[in-house]
Amino acid sequence: MTMDNKINKKAIRKAGILSIIPGLGQFYNKQPLKGIIFMSINILFIIELLTFGISSIQNFLTLGTVPIRDNSMFFLVEGTLQIIILFIYLVVWILNIIDARKTARVYLLDGSRKSSSITILKNVWQKGFPYILTIPAYIVMLFVIVFPVLVTLFMAFTNYDFFHTPPAHLIDWTGLSNFFSLIFLSAYRSTFISVLWWTLVWAIVASTLQIILGILTAVIVNQDFVKGKRFFRTIFLLPWAVPAFITIMSFSNIFNDSMGAINIQVISLINYLLPFIHIPMIPWKTNPFWTKTALIMIQTWLGFPFIFVIVTGVLQSIPNELYEAAKMDGANFWQRFTKITLPMILFATTPVMITQYTGNFNNFNIIYLFNAGGPGDVGGGAGTTDILISWIYKLTVGDSPQFGMASAVTIIISIIVVGVSLAVFKKAHTFDSEEMM
Amino acid sequence: MKGLCKSQVLKKFWSRFFTYAFLVILSIMIIYPLLITVQSAFQPGNIVAFALNLHSHWTLDNFRRLFFHTLYLRWYGNTLIIATGTMIFQVIVVTMAGYAFSRYRFVGRRNGLILFLIIQMVPTLAALTAFFVLAMLLHALDSFWFIILLYIGGGIPMNTWLMKGYFDTIPRDLDESAKIDGAGHLRILFQIILPLAKPMLAVQALWAFMAPFGDFLLAKFLLVDQTSITIAVGLQQFIIDPQNQMVALFAAGSILAALPIVILFFFLQKNFVSGLTSGGTKG
Repeated sequence: MTMDNKINKKAIRKAGILSIIPGLGQFYNKQPLKGIIFMSINILFIIELLTFGISSIQNFLTLGTVPIRDNSMFFLVEGTLQIIILFIYLVVWILNIIDARKTARVYLLDGSRKSSSITILKNVWQKGFPYILTIPAYIVMLFVIVFPVLVTLFMAFTNYDFFHTPPAHLIDWTGLSNFFSLIFLSAYRSTFISVLWWTLVWAIVASTLQIILGILTAVIVNQDFVKGKRFFRTIFLLPWAVPAFITIMSFSNIFNDSMGAINIQVISLINYLLPFIHIPMIPWKTNPFWTKTALIMIQTWLGFPFIFVIVTGVLQSIPNELYEAAKMDGANFWQRFTKITLPMILFATTPVMITQYTGNFNNFNIIYLFNAGGPGDVGGGAGTTDILISWIYKLTVGDSPQFGMASAVTIIISIIVVGVSLAVFKKAHTFDSEEMM
Repeated sequence: MKGLCKSQVLKKFWSRFFTYAFLVILSIMIIYPLLITVQSAFQPGNIVAFALNLHSHWTLDNFRRLFFHTLYLRWYGNTLIIATGTMIFQVIVVTMAGYAFSRYRFVGRRNGLILFLIIQMVPTLAALTAFFVLAMLLHALDSFWFIILLYIGGGIPMNTWLMKGYFDTIPRDLDESAKIDGAGHLRILFQIILPLAKPMLAVQALWAFMAPFGDFLLAKFLLVDQTSITIAVGLQQFIIDPQNQMVALFAAGSILAALPIVILFFFLQKNFVSGLTSGGTKG
């Protein structure tokens, strides 16, 4: 028995060790088809390395030595792609070793070593089906999301700015200097702190207001006696249905200080209807405080329909008996709302609500299209109403681009946003419930 | 006794009064700015005031100018092509992934789901340059397939989650019994699950279709030539110069761009509530 075990283990180890050169382990297991597939992937990879890979890694490390001939940014991007290819190859390589060991074990247990190529294919189809289904999503995300994130990460450690624009100048690795500038250089630090502060206020206030208005509207429309539910629901969907860039640019005109509807129509109407108060013309686009107020109002307008729809669905799924029982116990409307409705809504929609906050944290469109981050500026290239993401945009496309700095800011934002959301998800036990996951 | 009745009637009256007052005021707040935009599209020449004025002179001049003196129709066509491409491929990819996450238990599933939820929070804006360089390397500037790929990727994480949530609400007994009857993976997916998921598929298609209409940042970077830009980028050009804002022209272009989406929205409205509710929530 122990002898057998020893032999088994030896065979498994042998299959694994042989697999260090992909395919050999599979040949050892007498699975030529698999062996050929793994081996050809390996050969392709080696060819890729020799023709493109090695030089691109070298270029990535130096980021170029001769201006004009070498374009540092191209090197950075090509190097990042090469790192992704390397990563994919590594995954295949590990899979190949796992596969060889696993097959060796199975065959030894079965005592047979025969398995035709067709059964292997069938097996892959049967057991690997969920992987086959998810692979396209992963591959697209690898190039559309992971690739830019990596490039950003790398750029944060370079001096890529308007003094170093390829191809006329080279970019160099500068380690943590961008992060040091953000923390220790007073000009950048004060900009960063003031922009971060407004970003937080913006994300929290705007998201909370749109959530409150969404829930409130859903609860009000959902009352039994309300007539014309369909009509109101249709209207409340409009802000979502019209593409946001259109409404934001329209609002930008509507809030215009001298020719916008709010100042020349709405405020005069309110003054007319309520003669005992007098509201002056409000400098919506020229005073930072009022621009911020307008931005928050507009975002509430834009964002509440989504919450409204979701909460309407939740409300319809709460069993009526719950309310009947509460009524019997003498609970009033407010008590029923806070003790039944609200907990139900919040329990059911936590992940969606959190994405509202992170979405607004990175809500570039409204800040940029409404007033381009203005009026005025707070130094470091940021306007008074710029949030981090629109500041990054300005650092990237302005008259004096600062790509390295922009990337460093992005890295910091990402750490904040992902860290906070993970903590909230953990606290809300989002990942624990089997239903959810 | 009578007093109690009276106070109850009064209470009922006030609760109804405030409810309808709220609904009417909110409706006005929604319709008012939209109406201003619609109306300004029919106003002649340069607008002095961007406000509601029902006595104004109505004209179709802006639309004529839009069609014959700008590249608007070209931009519209570009946007339709990009939106359709994004829609088709994104729905396929998202449906496949969402189905796998909902119906199969496999190694890496849980971490995959967490990854999908987290990854969408990382802003990729600073990497616009990276996309631009990548597009240059691939000779993909101004080509639609590249930007379509980016839109697809941007929509995958969130929509996969919502799709998975919707599949979760379709009873498992259905596919279990089909499996016992000997149905394979594909038959269960195509003949049993997908027909039941039609409402959500419609919603997903609409969202994917909407994205290129709403985005202007990627399009601005990656579509350089005036003949290959999308509506959002084109329209922004009308009002970007503060000295010479063609507000009326912008409004005319806007309502034409918004129209197909708004119509689709209301056709699919019912699907919307059911799709989002089950997809976006735990219950």
